[in-house]
Amino acid sequence: MRTLLAAAALAAAMPLAAHAADYTQLQTARSKVGFSFTQMGVTLDGHFERFDGELRFDPAAPESARAVVEVELASIRTGMPDADAEVAGRSWFNIGEFPRARFESSSVKALGGERFEVSGALTIKGRSLPVVVPASFAVRDGVGVFEGEFVIRRGDFAVGEGAWAHFDVVANEVRVRYQISATQ
Amino acid sequence: MTPKPPTPQDRSPRRADTSYTSTAKVMHWLMAVLIPATMALGMYLEGLPFSPEKLKLIAWHKWAGVSLFLLVALRLTWRLFHPPPPLPASMAPALRMAAHAGHALLYVLMFAIPLTGWLMSSAKGVPTVWFGVVPIPDLLGKDEALGKLLQATHMYLNWLLAATLVGHIAAALKHHFLDRDDILTRMLPTINRKDRT
Repeated sequence: MRTLLAAAALAAAMPLAAHAADYTQLQTARSKVGFSFTQMGVTLDGHFERFDGELRFDPAAPESARAVVEVELASIRTGMPDADAEVAGRSWFNIGEFPRARFESSSVKALGGERFEVSGALTIKGRSLPVVVPASFAVRDGVGVFEGEFVIRRGDFAVGEGAWAHFDVVANEVRVRYQISATQ
Repeated sequence: MTPKPPTPQDRSPRRADTSYTSTAKVMHWLMAVLIPATMALGMYLEGLPFSPEKLKLIAWHKWAGVSLFLLVALRLTWRLFHPPPPLPASMAPALRMAAHAGHALLYVLMFAIPLTGWLMSSAKGVPTVWFGVVPIPDLLGKDEALGKLLQATHMYLNWLLAATLVGHIAAALKHHFLDRDDILTRMLPTINRKDRT
């Protein structure tokens, strides 16, 4: 009888155990979305204060992973108050019309050694373009941490139009850096 | 390595005791052009709206400042081994003291102004990369309040420099037109002078 009960308890726990490895709870407080840009030959770092998203990642089945991250563009911190105000405007992000940037994954390829290639679409200022985002995965104190960086060209998204459209003052390439933490 | 003191040979190309070396003259006139230009640029860009032009001019202003800082270091080093000709014997002791004090103030400001600009850049979190090529180390961490304080200091020191320069030019003209001594001409290029060497 006791053995039977134990077996039943084990069976009941099975589905839970199967899902236990799924990282689904994005921890924004422990995550970072940053970037670096080059202005007059000087590389500067910035970040976004507010972003959120959805995530599903099972280390045993990375190919089925899915990620959506949305960044609130008004929360940009370039390190220069003047620049923060400027990039909200129409020639940069046009935050009035396009308040958020969005990344949505479409497929995940495992490269081995807890490294992955996440293909998806990046949408900024109403323009959606395919991007391939490298990601590494590690578990630290029970928290799954995804990290990576990739380069986008601001010109592709019409970020910085008019007087800013030339890349002599602010370079076209912007390096995006992220660290996304998630719990099970 | 101790640099050797000037020997009579070093000073032979000029009429010792009455004229500056050509190197000193070149540096003086280079700075006479660069300093007011950099000051004017700084004042002008202050009023500009945030724009690519403003960022470009800020960078050029910083590059000019770094250049001036190096130039004044070079100039002082040169001066150490090639002392300037003495002031005319006819000058009153009080005026001599005023002239030395004025020159000392000019040198202090020529160092302090680029230095406060440099510190201000660091405090504002925008490091300087000289001509977009040579990174200048940050002497301070990012600190917005300190950045504003340094910006104000930078500006006041520039007003003091502007006033000192007005005095410097007025004194040179007074020496030339009223005292009729060689204070002004000994800093001019020798090319048109009969004692050309």
